[in-house]
Parts: sequence; structure tokens; C-alpha cells
Amino acid sequence: MIGAAARLRSRGVLGLNERNAEFIMRLNPRRFYPRVDDKVKTKQLSLDAGMAVPDLYGVIRNQGEVREFASIVESRESFVIKPAQGSGGDGIVVVTGRSKRRRDAFRAASGLLVTTQEIEHHLSNIVGGQYSLSGNRDAAIIEYCVRFDPVFADVSYQGVPDVRVIVYRGYPAMAMVRLPTRASDGKANLHQGAVGAGVDMRTGQTLTGVCQNLVVDEHPDTGALIAGLGIPAWDVILESSARGYEVTELGYLGVDMVIDRDRGPLILEMNARPGLSIQIANRTGLKTRLAAIDRMHDPGATPEERARQAREAFPSDPAEL
Amino acid sequence: MGDRYVYILALVLTVTGLAVFTYQWRVIGFPLTVDEEDPVWTIEARIGFEGGPGSIKVNLNVPTLTPGFRMLNENHVSRGFGFSLNYGTGGREAQWAIRRGEGPQTIYYRISVYEDPTARQADTTPPFPPVPVITEPYRTAVDVVVADVRQHSADTPSFTSELLRRLNDRSPDPNVELLLSEAATDAGFVEVATTILAAARIPARMVRGFPLVGRQRSTQPVAWLEVHDGDTWRYFDPATGVETLPERFLIWWRGNDPLVNVEGGNRVEVDFAVQENYVGAVAIAQTQRAQVGSPFPDMSLYGLPIRTQAVYGVLLMVPIGALIMVLMRNIVGIDAFGTFMPVLIALAFRETQLLYGVVLFTLLVTLGLTIRFLLEKLRLLLVPRLTAVLIVVVLLMMVISLVSDRMNVESGISVALFPMVILAMTIERMSVVWEERGPADALRAAAGSLVVAVFAYLAMGQAWLEHLIFTFPELLLVVLALILVIGRYTGYRLLELGRFKALSGDS
Repeated sequence: MIGAAARLRSRGVLGLNERNAEFIMRLNPRRFYPRVDDKVKTKQLSLDAGMAVPDLYGVIRNQGEVREFASIVESRESFVIKPAQGSGGDGIVVVTGRSKRRRDAFRAASGLLVTTQEIEHHLSNIVGGQYSLSGNRDAAIIEYCVRFDPVFADVSYQGVPDVRVIVYRGYPAMAMVRLPTRASDGKANLHQGAVGAGVDMRTGQTLTGVCQNLVVDEHPDTGALIAGLGIPAWDVILESSARGYEVTELGYLGVDMVIDRDRGPLILEMNARPGLSIQIANRTGLKTRLAAIDRMHDPGATPEERARQAREAFPSDPAEL
Repeated sequence: MGDRYVYILALVLTVTGLAVFTYQWRVIGFPLTVDEEDPVWTIEARIGFEGGPGSIKVNLNVPTLTPGFRMLNENHVSRGFGFSLNYGTGGREAQWAIRRGEGPQTIYYRISVYEDPTARQADTTPPFPPVPVITEPYRTAVDVVVADVRQHSADTPSFTSELLRRLNDRSPDPNVELLLSEAATDAGFVEVATTILAAARIPARMVRGFPLVGRQRSTQPVAWLEVHDGDTWRYFDPATGVETLPERFLIWWRGNDPLVNVEGGNRVEVDFAVQENYVGAVAIAQTQRAQVGSPFPDMSLYGLPIRTQAVYGVLLMVPIGALIMVLMRNIVGIDAFGTFMPVLIALAFRETQLLYGVVLFTLLVTLGLTIRFLLEKLRLLLVPRLTAVLIVVVLLMMVISLVSDRMNVESGISVALFPMVILAMTIERMSVVWEERGPADALRAAAGSLVVAVFAYLAMGQAWLEHLIFTFPELLLVVLALILVIGRYTGYRLLELGRFKALSGDS
């Protein structure tokens, strides 16, 4: 047991306690949390900073506004509903189209039909705070449903794959692609069974994946090889995520992006407490990279410079794979 | 930087806690372990009354001479009252007085005694009592009875026994019947006996006290008869006439006076609580402390009313349970619902016992979860749905209690002790996790909560630990220091070693 802990430490693996005590508490002041915990606010801040985000169709802030749902999506064929203060992908409903016979019935990403009533009940639950981090009242966001880039089509089971970048003091430190599986119910959340694939920071190519803390080479549902996929617009992704630091001022930040086939990388959300499984996906400990960033840290550097520096500093060592 | 302050603070707390602990243990002499040899009895009188608008004076007879016992200490709790101890006709009297007092008042008087067979009463021989002034027709009746009993007895003890035998006769003679016509209570009965004995020029008096057995709540004093034979006082059972004293009988007061006399108050209620402590040395240490003149104010919990002591006995163990929970979550890394939910469940286990506690908890959560899923179909708003779950939990508790009572499973009744609000929140949270993350996650977190609760219960149930914390509450400072240090623990959690296994393999 002691030996295992020593081996993890020598490889620079970051544990939950250390993440909380050393990085989140030190670098993420509480007063900045609303910037990432409330997705409406995150969206607005990102737009102000000139970053691309999925279009906002409407926000439902209280029970009375639930009725406006039908008019908000009147002219839309597909959309996504998510709680503004949700976490871990809970409470997200993806609607990909409408029933051919009934316009008030929607086709969910899973292929099932859901009625307007069912969606309205879901909206009530969101507004009541069922999915919010604090259990307080919440708002429901209705926004553009991303049509993801075909590069990940073979390694996703329904849902939307996204790219998670850990940004430490403004420098991208580690990245992974999160691929939905049948087990994760189409959600790109590792905790729920999605596959995470590490990313070579220099080339933007995927490495092997991890699923339920185990290393995998193939997607469990589609059987396609995970490694070796080139992520499009990799430099834009690194730059946007580096810019996330300016937007949120959080020193330890997780930036989640999706790649739309028409609009390129879009900021989905940001996270003040990003998980640690990214280390398994990259088969590398985070602490060594965070220490390297501490050494190269330059308070005057622009997001472009920081992204470029990180790109050069963290190539994946092929020997480790 | 932050680390250093935490460690310094933890060090200061530990040193303070241990220093006070060492002082209390070595100098004052509080015992580290429970002493089962030397029981100390604590008897507490609680006087409750409705205060009038004006001044209030309360007189309470308190123990003076208690053969077979020695007093360790006595104290009283009363808000705003002046207190004095006087000698009255029946022995010592405690007096509380206040100029103005309105509304319900409560006064506590408490005495701690321990058994000492060598403690004899050093009472003076009383003078022969004057012949009581008795009016007719009682006078004739008394004279006849005294003459009759004297005929059938040889000395004072046999006179007393014979008298009591006649007074207790199922078919009494008309004279006895007349004398007892006014005596409605045991005390009244003994009073009649003392009057007749006085008429026969035998010094006699009523004593009242408590046979000390185990833990009693709301007990009332027992009347006994005390007769002086010229040398010593002898005790007679008024109900049988046998010369005896109940085992461990603590004499509270003597004479015919009422126990308590309240001027300026009404609806007086007195009840007694008796508690047996196997911490004799504790009480002894307390008397010592008074003599030594400890520089610290008396902060011992043994000074609180007995009822409050029982509450703190439990409360002080909560930090221990919380410590276990912190260890399980931050060092081991077990998932659980709610921050303090496992500790509260563990507290409930104290009453239900472990096995039944776990069974009942599982049963309650399973049933609650089933009904919660049925409620889901109704599409209720969040807060009404939570409330509905709460009501269902209350009803389920009631049903489980009723069913187990019918089936004569006593432990089932104690289900009512589970914190129902916490249970309702747990069921709601679990159902959300169940739907969002799947049954595996929900069951894992539920099992985690139960495991933490069981460990917390086991830690909180250690009698020696409970005694230690209750006697030396300053040890909680050490617990606090430990929590602070764990708060800065940045090492891996035990379960993380498994989680990151893929990273620790040899490359």
C-alpha cells in the first residue's frame, strides 16, 4: 500500500485531497465560482471575451416561464436543455429532432420520443433546483445543439464528444477527449462510464483511452480504435482554453469545448473542480506538468503565447505508451 | 505558509488539551477508567412550581444524618434565587428565596453519597417526649391501645412491633380503626404510629428516604419508622412491624413536616431522580478539588443536573463519530450521502442496536425509494415532492413500529429514533443519483454511508472512550487538532491507489 502510494507520487499523480487543498483552495477564490457555476454567466463572459459559444435560444428562470418553452423552440428542430448550475452532465436533455407526425413530440438523442409535457416537467425540476450544486433554485438553458465534427463519429455512442483541457494559471496543462458510451447514456462524463482519451498536447492527436479507470484501446460500443485521431483546430482549442483564465480568473480550471462541424470549437462550460481521471487517460501525472508551468510562468504572457509554450513543453512521450 | 499556521494551531490545541487532561488526571485525580468497585449515588430533587407575583421562599428538607452513607458533595441549581442552609426541627433545611419571581420556576438540589458501613449516626439521645395533647374520642382510643399493647410486649422493640402488627391487622379493633380513619397515606400511617408511641412515652419519629437501586426517574420517598430504645435508634418497617431497614436506604429527612414548603408559589411538584455512578473516584476528586483550591473554574460536567449529564454523554461523542467520518472520507475515500448523515444514523444506532439498526435503515430506505419512484410518475415539483417523501417516511416508520410491536419484535419500535428529515433527504438524493448515474453509483454511495455509520457507531459506543471524553472533555481539543491536520492532508486516499492503478504499474 505504501509502495503504491510512493510509486504514484514519483509519477506526479495528483490525488483528490491535494487537488482540493493545494490547487483549488489556493488558486480558485470562492467569489469567482459563480462565473463557472452558472452557465448563463459563463456564456456571457465568454462572448464578451470574443470566444465562440453555442447560441442561446432562451433561459427559463422560474416555474411561470416553463410555459414559454414551446414558443422558445418554435422554429428549432434540435436543441439542448441543461440546468444553468448543473454538474457532471446531470439533467441535460439533447433533442435532435421532432416527431414526423406530431410537432409537440421530440426525438431525444437516445432515439426515444418525449412529449412537451415530459420536457416541461423536466424544466420544472431544473428550475426547482434538483440538479443544481447547492440545491437552490436554478434556471434552465435552451441552446444550440452542436452537430459534432465527423472526426469522432466512429468513437461516440450517441451524445456529443467534447474536449476537456486543464488550464493551470492560464497555461493549458493536459487535455483529453471524452467520448460518450452506451453506459454513460450519451453523456461525456467519465464518472458515468464515458471513455476518456488522452491528447498529445503538441500534435493534438488522441492517445489510448480510459474507461471506468481501466485503459482501453477501442471504443466499447463501436469497437473503433481510439488512438491516433487528429483533433481539428487544435491550436484554436488550446488558445481558447488559455483565454478561459482571463475570463474566469480561476487558477485551476477545466475548460470543456465541443467541435461543431460548421462553427469550429465552441466553449461549452468551464469547471472550477475538474476531475482527476484525465491523468489516467494521458497515463501521466498532473503534478509534474503543474510544476513545469510554475517554472515557466510569466504573468505578462498573452493567451496565444501561453498556448504555444504549453504546446512545446508537453509532448507525450511515446515511450510511456 | 498556510500549513505552518495549521500545524502551530493544531500543536497549541493538542498541548492545551493534553495539559489540562494531565492536570485533571494527575493532580485532581479524575480516574482514567470506570471504577466499578465504588458506586456513588446521586439523588436529585427537582422542585417545580408556579411562582406568584411577589416574593418566593422555598424550604426543602435535605439529608442530615444518613447511617450507612457518607456525603461527598451537594449542590443546587436555581436561577436568581438566594440560597442558605439552616438547621430546622427535622434536620437540615435548604432555603431558596427571591424578591420577585413570576411564572414557572425550577430548582434542583442534588446530593452525592457513597456507602460506608462505618458511618454511624452520632445522634444525641432524645428526651422522653411529652405526652401529646390528644382530644377525645382519640384520647381514649390511644390509651386503650397503649395499655393493650404494653400487656403483650416486654420492651420498646417488642412494643413497637406489636403496635405495628395491630395497626396492620386486616380486621382491626374499633379503637385502631378510629385512629387510622384520618391516615390516608403511608406517611399518615406512620404519623399515627409515632403519636401512639409518644403517648406511651417512647421517643419515635418518622423517617423518609430512598432505597437506592439502579437508576430511577420520578421516584418518591418511602416512609419508615424510627424508635429510640434508650441506647440507639432502631428502624421498623411500618407495613410489617419487623425491625429492619431496606438495603441501601438513604434517609432524606425526619419528622412529620412536609418535604418542601413553598411560600408565594403554587402547584408545587417535587420529584426525585436517582443515579448510580461507578465513578466514585470522580466525585472524590471533586471534593478534593474544592480542598486543593484548583486555579481552574469548575468546568466538570459532573456538576450539571443529571438529566443534562445524560444528554452531554451522547453529545460529546458526536465529535468522535465525526472524526471517524472524516477519516473514512478523506483518508480512505469512501463515498457517502450528505456530510453528517452517517453520524446521525450512527446516533440512532445507539438506541436500536447495530444489527436491528442496519436492518431497519435498509428497510426504510428501500421502501422509501420504491415509493419515491412511484411519486416520480406523478411529476411533482421538487419541494412538494421532498415533503411527500418526508411524510411517506414518517408513515413508514409508524407502520414498521406497529408491525414489529404486533410481532413482539421490540427493537422495531425504536425505528422512530432515526432522523426522519435526514432519511427523506437521503432517499431523494439517492433516487436522483439512481436515475442520473445508475443504480450502481446509488447503491455504492448508500453502502458507503452505511459503512461509515457502522464504524462511527462502533467508535461512539466504546464505554471507556465515552467515560474518557465525558470526564476529560478537554480531549476534544485534541480531536479538533487532529481534524485540522487531516484538513491539510494532501496525500492519496486509500481508494485512489486502486483508481490510479493504471498509472502506478511498472513501465
